[in-house]
Amino acid sequence: MANTKLEQMSDSVAKDPSMMTGAIPKKDWMDTPAIFKPGNYCYPAKQDMVEYLDKNLGSKGLFGEPRQWDVESDDWKLPENWKDIIIQGIKDRLDKFRSFKIFMDCCVRCGACADKCHFFLGTGDPKNMPVLRAELLRSIYRNEFTKAGKILGRLAGAREMTFGVLKEWFMYFYQCTECRRCSLFCPYGIDTAEITMMAREILHLVGVGTNWILEPASNSNRTGNHLGLQPHTFKENAEYLIDDIEEVTGLRLESLNFNRKGAEVLFVIPSADVFAEPGIYTFMGYLLLFDHIGLDYTISTYASEGGNFGSFTNNELMKKLNGKMYAEAKRLGVKWILGGECGHMWRVLHQYMDTMNGPADFLEVPKSPITGTVFENAASTKMVHISEFTADLIKHGKLKIDKSRNDHRVLTFHDSCNPARGMGLIDEPREIIEAVCNNFHEMPENTIREQTFCCGSGTGLNTGEIMDLRMRGGLPRANAVKHVHDKHGVNMLSCVCAIDRATLLALMEYWNPGVEVCGVSELVGNALIMDGEKERDSGLRFEPLAGMEG
Amino acid sequence: MKVLQALGIVLALMLVAYVGAALPGGRTLFGVVLPYLAFAIFIIFFIAKVMDWAKSPVPFRIPTTGGQANSLPWIKQNKLDCPSTTLGVIGRMLLEVFLFRSLFRNTQAEVHEGPKLAYGSSKFLWLFGILFHYSFLTVALRHLRLFTDPIPAFVHALEFGDGFMQVGAPVLYQTDLVFMAAVTFLLLRRLVLPNIRYISLVADYFPLFLLLGIGTTGILMRYVLRVDVVSIKMLTHGLVTFNPFIAESVTGIFFVHLFLITVLLAYFPFSKLMHAGGVFLSPTRNMANNSRMVRHINPWNDPSIKPHSYAGYEDDFREFMVEAGLPVDKELPPKEEAPAAEGDAPAES
Ligand code: SF4
Ligand code: SF4
Repeated sequence: MANTKLEQMSDSVAKDPSMMTGAIPKKDWMDTPAIFKPGNYCYPAKQDMVEYLDKNLGSKGLFGEPRQWDVESDDWKLPENWKDIIIQGIKDRLDKFRSFKIFMDCCVRCGACADKCHFFLGTGDPKNMPVLRAELLRSIYRNEFTKAGKILGRLAGAREMTFGVLKEWFMYFYQCTECRRCSLFCPYGIDTAEITMMAREILHLVGVGTNWILEPASNSNRTGNHLGLQPHTFKENAEYLIDDIEEVTGLRLESLNFNRKGAEVLFVIPSADVFAEPGIYTFMGYLLLFDHIGLDYTISTYASEGGNFGSFTNNELMKKLNGKMYAEAKRLGVKWILGGECGHMWRVLHQYMDTMNGPADFLEVPKSPITGTVFENAASTKMVHISEFTADLIKHGKLKIDKSRNDHRVLTFHDSCNPARGMGLIDEPREIIEAVCNNFHEMPENTIREQTFCCGSGTGLNTGEIMDLRMRGGLPRANAVKHVHDKHGVNMLSCVCAIDRATLLALMEYWNPGVEVCGVSELVGNALIMDGEKERDSGLRFEPLAGMEG
Repeated sequence: MKVLQALGIVLALMLVAYVGAALPGGRTLFGVVLPYLAFAIFIIFFIAKVMDWAKSPVPFRIPTTGGQANSLPWIKQNKLDCPSTTLGVIGRMLLEVFLFRSLFRNTQAEVHEGPKLAYGSSKFLWLFGILFHYSFLTVALRHLRLFTDPIPAFVHALEFGDGFMQVGAPVLYQTDLVFMAAVTFLLLRRLVLPNIRYISLVADYFPLFLLLGIGTTGILMRYVLRVDVVSIKMLTHGLVTFNPFIAESVTGIFFVHLFLITVLLAYFPFSKLMHAGGVFLSPTRNMANNSRMVRHINPWNDPSIKPHSYAGYEDDFREFMVEAGLPVDKELPPKEEAPAAEGDAPAES
């Protein structure tokens, strides 16, 4: 839980002098140092994580010198030539990414993006305005790579790279969740998320990274999932959930299986779904669905993490971790891949996977064995989102549904940033919700669909040591939920993202007690009428159904 | 203060032109040499910058999806904000370039007690942005009359339309007013809104003052001082036909006007004004959202980056896997014979 009490935080957000409450900082931002204190930074990566990842990526120094260092200290034990590494790092990326170049050159500081960032809205810290976040790096770019910056210096918004700047970067590029909301409003499409990605890559080059990202990334590499569950544990955990399903439905599902060659479909989930509440209920929903339709699927313990912690570090590690999916699909000889509910997993699958690790010419264009629908929109990548798959089943009337089993829920739906703004998966989950629930209410229009607000803890920021920050960053989302909670009595926030399922839980507990969080597939699982099941009196989390409370 | 610095620089530039043009050789310098130079700089470096962008790779297809994607046939795609075809992308880009579509979405957030966040629609930036760009364009096109002979019909039409209210003599062009009003708004906005003021650099105020200076001197020349247009056209038309001639009746204020334009041209390719070119190349806007449909190629994709192999994984965990009943590719060696088998193995691959 956050350290700050709710009343105190509420007051602080609305009244403490900040740029959101109308206070104007006296000092220019270039003269305002970043100061680290407990609670406003993520813990640095442990030495052995850095060593492990470096070794596994061919010892190219992508994660810098493995060492112990202290964020609050003024000696980060940086290499002698750290500035050169940074400048070279910028140069290399300018040469590799047109986006980076354009975004460095084109901002006019119109400020359209300024109040679009949830971190700015929640903290009022000017450097959390996307435009200033980008200027933190852009100012160095100007100084090193533009004529105007070299000649005019500060007049043109240029400044020299210093340790102070490095600290600023570590602070503010880890207060950006790469949600892309700013990019939607920018007249040139400048995507501060992209700039944050570049900045984090560059920070890693001098060994500045966080443990909450590098440890899960290492785990994913070795064990296949970010929790570091070894194959047998992974399997056991999943099987516990079969027991739970039996208790709720009276049915023992026989269809769950692992690493099976020759299955038609490889199903990849965010691993939290087999392990952590409320993801496990989502997982139970998947299993019920597959059993219901008799899908010939398998789950891999080797590629047991859809979520890609590498994507929070650099594109090399993103590629390496992602590569397992195609490798495993090939080894098992499946026809296509189905992906579970996860946000950043799907950003990678949709916009990066095929490019990085394709072509997937050993797979077939995905075709639903139940409805015969060919997923043309996944013709090349050959990977389908569970919401697309389920929406198609519903449309074709292939599911037997008892909507009233979700009547104890008054729902709203949180669009996760990545499916919404990095993929355009917006109406599929809604179609499902409409089909399996009776009480559904949208949050206000400026806070949903492509304009959705981040949970406030994406891209590896969902770590306990920055809980206050996360509660602030999540405030815009929480506030919109509160609106429908007060107005319609919404008591369940549904989503299609594993990070959300973890982070929104904490966010709701803090800002909106009484609102729970679930994956969309859990709702499906609740509503499915399975052949031979007993009369259900509780939902998948053993909560009594409407009218069964007695 | 940044705004005063920018104002100071522009005033100084005006003074330089005014005084400089009066010095021996100054008329040629400010009337001919510098404009040619600036124009050359503008063209060369503008193209160079765009070329530099254009030849840099686009490793990933990363459109920002602004609506429902192309998905199942019965789900309605938002074809303009989330295009999946080239045609759709062209539509999205046209809306972006000509109508500032993204800016039209703008909202303004406020925090109230509670805390309660509220987002109001905020179209002023969009409105004045549009007004500024289109009035600037019209004014620039109208100026073609000074560079062409005969004057193209569309310039006449533009002038007629622009002066349709028939106020004053010479006829007042509405765009002159709109232009000045819009630039003034953009400047005031920068000064008044605390967050915009905080992010503003000298380099943000400078072009605004430059434009205000250009507009003011232009308006003064046309409506107040009534400068000799015929001799000005002799110079401007001479410039484009490489036969410039500066008549005596061309006065100081014209040189100030021209010099500010000269500066604007020369400054353009090195500044944020390059957004004019960049907007066309922005990967979050000009790419189709068809990443799963058509494979995008990354020219620098590194094939040496391979996933941690399944074989390596199984080696790590084989015993556990067998025990848990998970299928394995390579069985555990029979317990007793294990040491012996090690030596003579070409193990199964
Ligand atoms: S909206 Fe775009 S151009 Fe305007 S300040 Fe933000 S990043 Fe810059
Ligand atoms: S990507 Fe999201 S978190 Fe990052 S600056 Fe933009 S709005 Fe803020």
